[in-house]
Amino acid sequence: MAVDAEAQFHVLAVDDSLLDRKLIERLLKTSSFQVTTVDSGSKALEVLGLKEDQTSTPALSPEHNEIEVNLVITDYCMPGMTGYDLLKKIKESSSLKDIPVVIMSSENVPSRINRCLEEGAEEFFLKPVQLSDMRRLRPHILKGKHKEQQLHQEENSNTNHIIISSSNNNNMSNKRKAMDEEVLSERTRLRFSSSSLNVI
Amino acid sequence: MELGSLQRRYIDFTSALFREGFLDNQYTQLQQLQDESNPEFVLEVVTLFFEDSEKLLDELSRTLDQQVVDYKKVDAHVHQLKGSSASIGAQRVKNVCMAFRNCCEERNQEGCLRCLQQVRQEYFLVKSKLETLFRLEKQILAAGGSVPVLW
Repeated sequence: MAVDAEAQFHVLAVDDSLLDRKLIERLLKTSSFQVTTVDSGSKALEVLGLKEDQTSTPALSPEHNEIEVNLVITDYCMPGMTGYDLLKKIKESSSLKDIPVVIMSSENVPSRINRCLEEGAEEFFLKPVQLSDMRRLRPHILKGKHKEQQLHQEENSNTNHIIISSSNNNNMSNKRKAMDEEVLSERTRLRFSSSSLNVI
Repeated sequence: MELGSLQRRYIDFTSALFREGFLDNQYTQLQQLQDESNPEFVLEVVTLFFEDSEKLLDELSRTLDQQVVDYKKVDAHVHQLKGSSASIGAQRVKNVCMAFRNCCEERNQEGCLRCLQQVRQEYFLVKSKLETLFRLEKQILAAGGSVPVLW
């Protein structure tokens, strides 16, 4: 299945603030994404086809779910289920764990950022999110799809491959990353080392 | 007033807002997101900010007026206000919110009350400035002209 670089991807945006939902929706639409916005983690799980206490979607295969979501972008600070809780639920779900998740927060707290990255978040955006940040989303979606493709190829050819995900972010001048370079490169090393796929 | 002077007034007024720190780059970001398909985007977002803020300011008054002040609640409200002011580029409001959160952390009631007064002041100031801005834009469009783009 070829990945069409011009394909419209669907982003699920989660934020309890109406103002911020309106903003992120406009940012995403301007960047040619299809958008669904919800105001809570539990609503997000509903959209993803997962009830709060489930770990996998019911008998239907992913293709039969009402909506296919290519990326989740969520606020960190939300009442009830935080963005971190939502991230965990997604990564713990067998059917949803490969969906890339990006966390947004108005607060630059390194321990919080690291916690999210360690739990599997692709990136952390400092709010207010800007148009230039939207460019960083597509690579994460494509990377996931590329991995999927490679996995299929692997199954077909019966040989071992180690797939190295292409470097996501060389944009070190990005002041909004809020982590110093050392921490960032270490994280990248860690991600590389844990990204070798299990060969089936 | 004729179109030329309206547009000049608009340019001067907007430049002053940025120069005096009422608005920051985030407001420009909002303007960049507005186009023919979403011609009222900035107005819609700013209106949400007005509604949000006035609700929060009322809540803050109430919460700080209690016998025993729930500083966690105060902080939560200020956090929200800080977030929405940052989202629209209302820089001075955002800055007072940052000081406000420090007073919450110190459980300083006097300090909090002072911050509340200040944030209220800054909020109503930026609100009236933005309303003037929108009024000018409307007048320019009504006179058949286009709103100068300052970025």
